[in-house]
Amino acid sequence: MSSLSAKILNLFSEPACERNRGKDAKARKKGCSKPQTPGVAAGGCAFDGAKIVLQPITDVAHLVHAPLACEGNSWDNRGAASSGPTLWRTSFTTDLTELDVVMGHGERKLMKAIRQIKDAHSPQAIFVYTTCVTALIGDDIEAVCERAAEQFGLPVVPINAPGFAGSKNLGNKLAGKALLDHVIGTVEPDETSPYDINILGEFNLSGEFWLVKPLLDRLGIRVRACISGDARYRDVASAHRAQAAMIVCSKAFINLARKMEERWDIPFFEGSFYGITDTSEALRQIAGLLVRKGADPEILGRTEALIAEEESLAWKKIQAFRPKLEGKRVLLNTGGVKSWSVVHALLEIGLEIVGTSVKKSTLEDKERIKQILKDEHHIFESMAPHVLYATLSEHKADIMLSGSRTQFIALKAKIPWLDINQERHHPYAGYDGMVELVRQISLAIHNPIWREVREPAPWDSQTGAEEESPSTKCETATVHALNKCAGMKPNGFAER
Amino acid sequence: MARIVPRTKSATVNPLKSSQPLGAALAFLGVAGAMPLFHGSQGCTSFALVRLVQHFAETVPLQTTAMDEVATILGGADQLEEAILNLTTRANPKLIGVCTTALVESRGEDLAGDIARIKAEHDEELARTMVVMANTPDFHGAIEDGWAAAVAAMIEVITQSDRQARDTRKIAILPGWNLTVADIEHLHDTVESFGLEAVILPDVSGALDGTVPDDWIPTTYGGTAVDDIRKLGTAIKCVAIGEHMRHPAEVLQNLTGVPYVLFHSLTGLKAADQFISLLSALSGVAVPAKLRRRRAQLQDTLLDAHFHFNGKKIAIAAEPDQLYQLATFFVGMGSEIAAAVATTDTSQILEKVPAEMVQVGDLGDLESLAAGADLLVTHSHGRQAAERLGIPLMRVGFPIFDRLGSQHKLTILYHGARDLILEAANIFQANQQPPTPERLDLIRNREMKDDLHSSPLARL
Repeated sequence: MSSLSAKILNLFSEPACERNRGKDAKARKKGCSKPQTPGVAAGGCAFDGAKIVLQPITDVAHLVHAPLACEGNSWDNRGAASSGPTLWRTSFTTDLTELDVVMGHGERKLMKAIRQIKDAHSPQAIFVYTTCVTALIGDDIEAVCERAAEQFGLPVVPINAPGFAGSKNLGNKLAGKALLDHVIGTVEPDETSPYDINILGEFNLSGEFWLVKPLLDRLGIRVRACISGDARYRDVASAHRAQAAMIVCSKAFINLARKMEERWDIPFFEGSFYGITDTSEALRQIAGLLVRKGADPEILGRTEALIAEEESLAWKKIQAFRPKLEGKRVLLNTGGVKSWSVVHALLEIGLEIVGTSVKKSTLEDKERIKQILKDEHHIFESMAPHVLYATLSEHKADIMLSGSRTQFIALKAKIPWLDINQERHHPYAGYDGMVELVRQISLAIHNPIWREVREPAPWDSQTGAEEESPSTKCETATVHALNKCAGMKPNGFAER
Repeated sequence: MARIVPRTKSATVNPLKSSQPLGAALAFLGVAGAMPLFHGSQGCTSFALVRLVQHFAETVPLQTTAMDEVATILGGADQLEEAILNLTTRANPKLIGVCTTALVESRGEDLAGDIARIKAEHDEELARTMVVMANTPDFHGAIEDGWAAAVAAMIEVITQSDRQARDTRKIAILPGWNLTVADIEHLHDTVESFGLEAVILPDVSGALDGTVPDDWIPTTYGGTAVDDIRKLGTAIKCVAIGEHMRHPAEVLQNLTGVPYVLFHSLTGLKAADQFISLLSALSGVAVPAKLRRRRAQLQDTLLDAHFHFNGKKIAIAAEPDQLYQLATFFVGMGSEIAAAVATTDTSQILEKVPAEMVQVGDLGDLESLAAGADLLVTHSHGRQAAERLGIPLMRVGFPIFDRLGSQHKLTILYHGARDLILEAANIFQANQQPPTPERLDLIRNREMKDDLHSSPLARL
């Protein structure tokens, strides 16, 4: 346990992180974990962060060593998709009771839980997550895991990321560290090829990686391990034999990528599958890295051909929405699907960006967004709910794209809203995903309910009544008006 | 304007319709102390009876003139006379609602003459029983035609035609058959909240609302009182709901001078606003806080639930007015109507259905038109098509025999629209298809028509 703080400090000294490089020595030492302010804190804890990035490994039993809340209040709430095993969706927790805590039964209970899961579910591996209480009472989870692994002949991996350690982001990093310490490199693959890559930080939300994988398949590129969307334990354990890697969600797994480069000479780049140009750039970079590692350079030409074909197809599809979307104003308020390339694609079809949050964007992203928008006023770090509500109520935007946290601010302001964060239900990755995003924006903006919900009740607006056509005037009638239309044709109400 | 495609097939495959007399019987069942009587062979009645009992999970009084071979050849007047007299003696009904069937109508009997003769010859026995006949041959129309014919017949026969003093607190409501028991109860409450009184004809809320009466009553045990039908002419306004209620409303207007307004549907924010405004105007009472609150709740439901409807393809098969009611509802939520099938072509409303085309047909038509839709909307018989197509089914209309409580579902005004939205949204949620690599592999699927489902990518 004493190593947790050392681990954290080590994680924050991240030479591959451009933010970190930009800081002076003192700031760098402080790390990038901003302490949460009591009373105004938002967002998940380190345990949350570790769990969400590892749980998509589908054939692993994820056991949360904790009293009920940590798992009981959070399980089955993520949209990652599996093409095979479903074990990852089964929730396991030791559900510690007061007696367990007071009497120190935690370790014994954990051991029994591991045995029970192994007997009932025969998982490929068991991941055991430490949490605040079990860390606090000093359960030696690493020792229990080691013992269990020996006894049951199966990998039992301790994930040491108790909630109090820090933010969700820190938890992401601690999870990467756990994979590095206990999983990656423990299994040798049956065969390797010069076209094997790893994708790090891709979680296959709504199955969206399956929009991308066919592109790689077409190029003959094999995903050795996707960490962790739709992953299998064996694939992750043999990830060290890939030729190159791409980090998708750079903040989560940058340490992991860099350590893998150090240890196994796997070069990596940061990229994104959101947006058309980004997807093309990612494919290019993957091909480039593979060639650098000795693959046949002919792949570069094939990649360009595929890009040209797919891009023209996607733009053609997106252009079809132009008449419906031209001139509509978008407020981007998210840390999720956020990159400048989404902004780029939206602008391309004539949407106007009236504001974008750059809270979770990299410096480079910010620069690009500034260049594209040409107006710094449209860039904000974050917006207080009441400001956001006021902005939306005044109809300064036609739609807000954001995460579910601000969903109801938009809806209560009667403004269309589209979820583009991890809870979303539509896949937006790759070329087709971008088309889908544009389609969803169009559907959201043009849904007929907006006109209806914005209309004041007829008895609240006499001016509204006067504007109505004569045949429907009695819809909003006062007694006087009713008498007036009493002589009208009786189906006045029926014609809408 | 929808293009109306008439029925061209010879064989109806999996019928969508229920017959006209059944609709008429349903209307008579909304009158207190009533006994519907099918003038036809026994089967006509027993089939309808079984359907009605299954749908409402209630005993349903429904009798038959039991036309036999001899009566079929020689004429059914005696059977009709005997049936009416027997019913009067045995059940002492306030109303006998005669629904003709295809059998007697095909014979071309002078049914109106028969009824007149029976009434004249037995005026003593029938002193406390009204006899009303609706011409409802099975070979024409469907439920809504039968329902409307029965209501019009009741007004013609029972309502006093002399101009009477108007009661400014009273309105008449002629609801379409597609309003549920819960809807009718809700109409009563809503009208009362403005200090008005509603005479609703028919009022199925009193008879088919699933209560447990203290005694065995052979007729209907609730519904519109015959006496209230008699005095319908004292209302200051008549509200007809559904295009099929235009004729009964006109009959009432011609007879008594009570003016009517027609609502094609009361489902949805705007329709509800219009109805509430009307009540407020008629009563001079401001809209009560409770209703304003319900309006706001519907607004919130629209906001919360519209995501689930965006771009969804809906296939509906229903009676014309219900088809219009549901199609406008779904289109109003952002969905599109992929298939619209109507029972009959007898209604003007069909061309107003917000779909490219309305097929007059059966569930077989629905099944072939609905491939690729996200939701089937029809009665319980649609379940086989739903299963074969792998599309979820939302049960509406009649009959609903494999789910309980369809009569208790609210479908009108603010709360009814809210409930419908939630029901459909929950069906969408319950049937989300998990993504699979195959479904999302658009390169592979490109050769396939990709506009089959609302979107190959959409899961909601």
